[in-house]
Amino acid sequence: MTDTATPATGGIGDAPVRKEDAKLVTGQTTWTDNIAFPGMTYMAVLRSPMAHAKINSVDVSAALEQPGVLAAFSGADLADEWAGPLPCAWPVTPDMVHPDHWPIAKDEARYVGDAVAVVVARDRFAAADALEHIAVDYEPLDAVVDMEAAIADGAALVHGDHGTNTTYTWPFSNGDVDEAFNGAHKVVTRRFINQRLIPNAIEPRAVVVAPIAAANEFTMYTATQVPHILRLMLALTTGVPESKLRVIAPDVGGGFGSKLNVYAEELMALVLAKRLGRPIKWTETRSEGYQTTIHGRDQIQDVEAAFDEDGRLRGLRVKLLADMGAYLQLVTPGIPILGALMYPAIYKMDAYDFSCTGVFTNKTPTDAYRGAGRPEATYAIERTMDEAAVELGMDPMDLRRRNWITHEEFPFTTIAGMTYDSGNYEAATDKAMELFDYDGMRAEQQRRREAGDRYQLGIGISTYTEACGIAPSRVLGSLDYGAGGWEHATVRMLPSGKVEVVTGLSPHGQGHETTFSQIVADTLGVPFEDVEILHGDTKVAPQGLDTYGSRSLAVGGIAIYKATQRMLDKLKTAAAHMLEASPDDLEFSGGQFSVQGSPDTAMALGNVVLGVFAAHDLPDGYEPTLSAEFTFDPENFSFPHGTHLCAVEVDTETGMPQITKYVAVDDVGNVINPQIVDGQVHGGLAQGIAQALYEEAVYDDAGNLTTGSIVDYYVPGAPDLPEYTTDRTVTPATSNPLGVKGVGEAGTIASTPAVVNAVLDAVRHLGVTDLDMPCSPERVWRALQEGSASRDQVAAQAQGGQHA
Amino acid sequence: MPRISVTVDGVTYEDDVEPRLLLVYYLRERLGLTGTNVGCDTSNCGACTVLFNGRSAKSCTILAAQADGAEVTTIQGLARNGEWHPLQKAFNAEHGLQCGYCTPGMIMASVDLLEHNDDPTDEEVRHGLEGNLCRCTGYQNIVKAVRAAAGEVREGATS
Repeated sequence: MTDTATPATGGIGDAPVRKEDAKLVTGQTTWTDNIAFPGMTYMAVLRSPMAHAKINSVDVSAALEQPGVLAAFSGADLADEWAGPLPCAWPVTPDMVHPDHWPIAKDEARYVGDAVAVVVARDRFAAADALEHIAVDYEPLDAVVDMEAAIADGAALVHGDHGTNTTYTWPFSNGDVDEAFNGAHKVVTRRFINQRLIPNAIEPRAVVVAPIAAANEFTMYTATQVPHILRLMLALTTGVPESKLRVIAPDVGGGFGSKLNVYAEELMALVLAKRLGRPIKWTETRSEGYQTTIHGRDQIQDVEAAFDEDGRLRGLRVKLLADMGAYLQLVTPGIPILGALMYPAIYKMDAYDFSCTGVFTNKTPTDAYRGAGRPEATYAIERTMDEAAVELGMDPMDLRRRNWITHEEFPFTTIAGMTYDSGNYEAATDKAMELFDYDGMRAEQQRRREAGDRYQLGIGISTYTEACGIAPSRVLGSLDYGAGGWEHATVRMLPSGKVEVVTGLSPHGQGHETTFSQIVADTLGVPFEDVEILHGDTKVAPQGLDTYGSRSLAVGGIAIYKATQRMLDKLKTAAAHMLEASPDDLEFSGGQFSVQGSPDTAMALGNVVLGVFAAHDLPDGYEPTLSAEFTFDPENFSFPHGTHLCAVEVDTETGMPQITKYVAVDDVGNVINPQIVDGQVHGGLAQGIAQALYEEAVYDDAGNLTTGSIVDYYVPGAPDLPEYTTDRTVTPATSNPLGVKGVGEAGTIASTPAVVNAVLDAVRHLGVTDLDMPCSPERVWRALQEGSASRDQVAAQAQGGQHA
Repeated sequence: MPRISVTVDGVTYEDDVEPRLLLVYYLRERLGLTGTNVGCDTSNCGACTVLFNGRSAKSCTILAAQADGAEVTTIQGLARNGEWHPLQKAFNAEHGLQCGYCTPGMIMASVDLLEHNDDPTDEEVRHGLEGNLCRCTGYQNIVKAVRAAAGEVREGATS
């Protein structure tokens, strides 16, 4: 940071109201579905109603007869349009099975929702109507829905020509694992089901392509998190030169990973706009999105943890099955690998062994959903710590304290090879326990247990960390990811003194315009309002790697900060010339350059800018530019951490769990805008709590998504979620000059185990030893019935013994 | 085709509409009022909420043909003489939105809520908005915003 005096509002650490909101609270937005062009047509997609079927024929002739229909095609009709299949950019092993994934199936449909034919018509209703006139002759094939069934001998194959449903096996091992387990006092063995989730950004996916077909030039507006990645991939998959493609992410209504992809409909819209020479729009319906927009999670986690008698963690073994769905989307196989190195979490141990097997099933593909691999890892380890505390007869917080990395030990390289730069788990935990009144809550819990209260109280803990700020390019390379993790920024001074900042990030609700304006305003000493953040258009921001993995501030924000510093350095040279002083004698404060020791010899930033713009009198060889760039490649991930404590009341008569207190103390390093950071935590908590209590994508044995609409898939509303108590500790990251860490995913990563641990803690003494997510009232009630049955049995046996 | 006369944000329109046309698509595609959003196809998410004859209603549950003679207010007609409604101000001040896609519906539902209860508790706000889904905020700052706006509405009423 410079020694600039912080403006009263709008600098680093302030909470100015968001710049983004004016259009959003007045309805003056540009969502993709709002965009229209003269002559625009609408695309609709016919989708397979079967999870697995051979396509014998597709007849679109009757659809073409319908009024207002311009075109209709089968997968075979468009087969020659593709320069390549839909991309998967993360081949995690050299021998990964990677079947071709075409935008429209040609001869076989592999999940319910797989595209089979496409129609273009004058409006969205005519297009939807025309789908009903397409005749498809399907020959049903055996579908495989369950992961364990998929890898059993004789299983039906999702991709018959590949001979296996196993996509890959990815191993990692460090330390003497056998020794760690053989010498253990206690080995805790658990299986956790991390259920499949549907991301549910409230804006459905949509795409509009505006062609200048004669020039082979195309502009695509799309509800995406990744316009830059998409542009490259569109070029590779359709053969349209990258330089002829402009991709714009206009206002985008949430993503959570679901818009971090390259989707079949984007490719279809492009090739059809090219073929027909007309603008084309496609907007998914919610239920269509449930079938075709990626899902998240869906892992079976087998965990073994070895402990000494005093609770010291000796070693950890993790075996995962990860459901890929029917095809590999952009980063599908890499998602569990993002979690692989985080199972050891905040704990020290002698040995760690991990393996993940990716599995094909006849279901919608999975990919990144908020947290992407780290929520799964955190859930498994934090559940395991609570389970181990029960088996060892220790308080679950004491067990964690016994094993976590202490603040004096940073930087610390974990058994998984990650180097955590900083952290203070003690401080966050102490603060959380105080806010939660941990001892008081334990006493209340004891009171209710002794009283046999109908409403039993449980306390759940999650002392999490995560790795975000994706990512150091060299690390991504070592994990076989297909691209780097840098981010680009350009800072431009306008002659009037206003500032334009171009970022390669692409926000969709995070508040980037506000946060980054604060960084620039603080650095240059200009008003917050004078900074404009430009993004999300490959013509405006040609270089970038977009928004995901809590990277925006910790990678893209640093690029902006460094570009701003570079701008300032250039201006300083000019200012020194104008003030007839040596640059070394110049200081910059409060938006003004002045000569050390003679504060009256000074020049305002705006005047220096004007001087450079006019270029009448500049140092010899000085390039009269008002622009500076920086591309930042981080040297390490950032590692936010914190302690979350959750109290859940379970109605033992109905099984209804109710969160009565939720305390989250997070350490996300230095904070640019506390209001935005709190908002990110709130939203993250909601999604993590939703996994614990409400949400699950369910398929029947035939591969039908039975939670096929927002009626059946329970997205929690305001009455379903608690009031959160949030607070922070601040341990700056040492890996970047602002000391910041990512915050977008932390709440989701942390909260799920805290909630499930709390539910179990409420009913464990009633004989409930395990609960799958979501912990619905029905599930908890059934577990209570089974628990009381087993207790009665134990009691009956004990009584029988007395009489014998 | 039914002919309707409907007043939207103070302007009266007369149009022939297909019997199956939903009000939300009439607003968006016939009138170009794209401030009202579509978020689902099952009337669950509430993104399309407008005021229909003064009461909040999901405009995807109403046929355009049923709007004959009705008065509709959308998010685009909420500000008065260029000044934002207290709810618009409060959502901004309290960070009651992130991506903002649910916001028009959330605000319109809140207008109705405050009409009926100008001093709601947290609990009453949460239940009053149960038909509107937000995926970004976790609802806490929405609750705060509605209660802050309620204060301003009450003050406005007494001054």
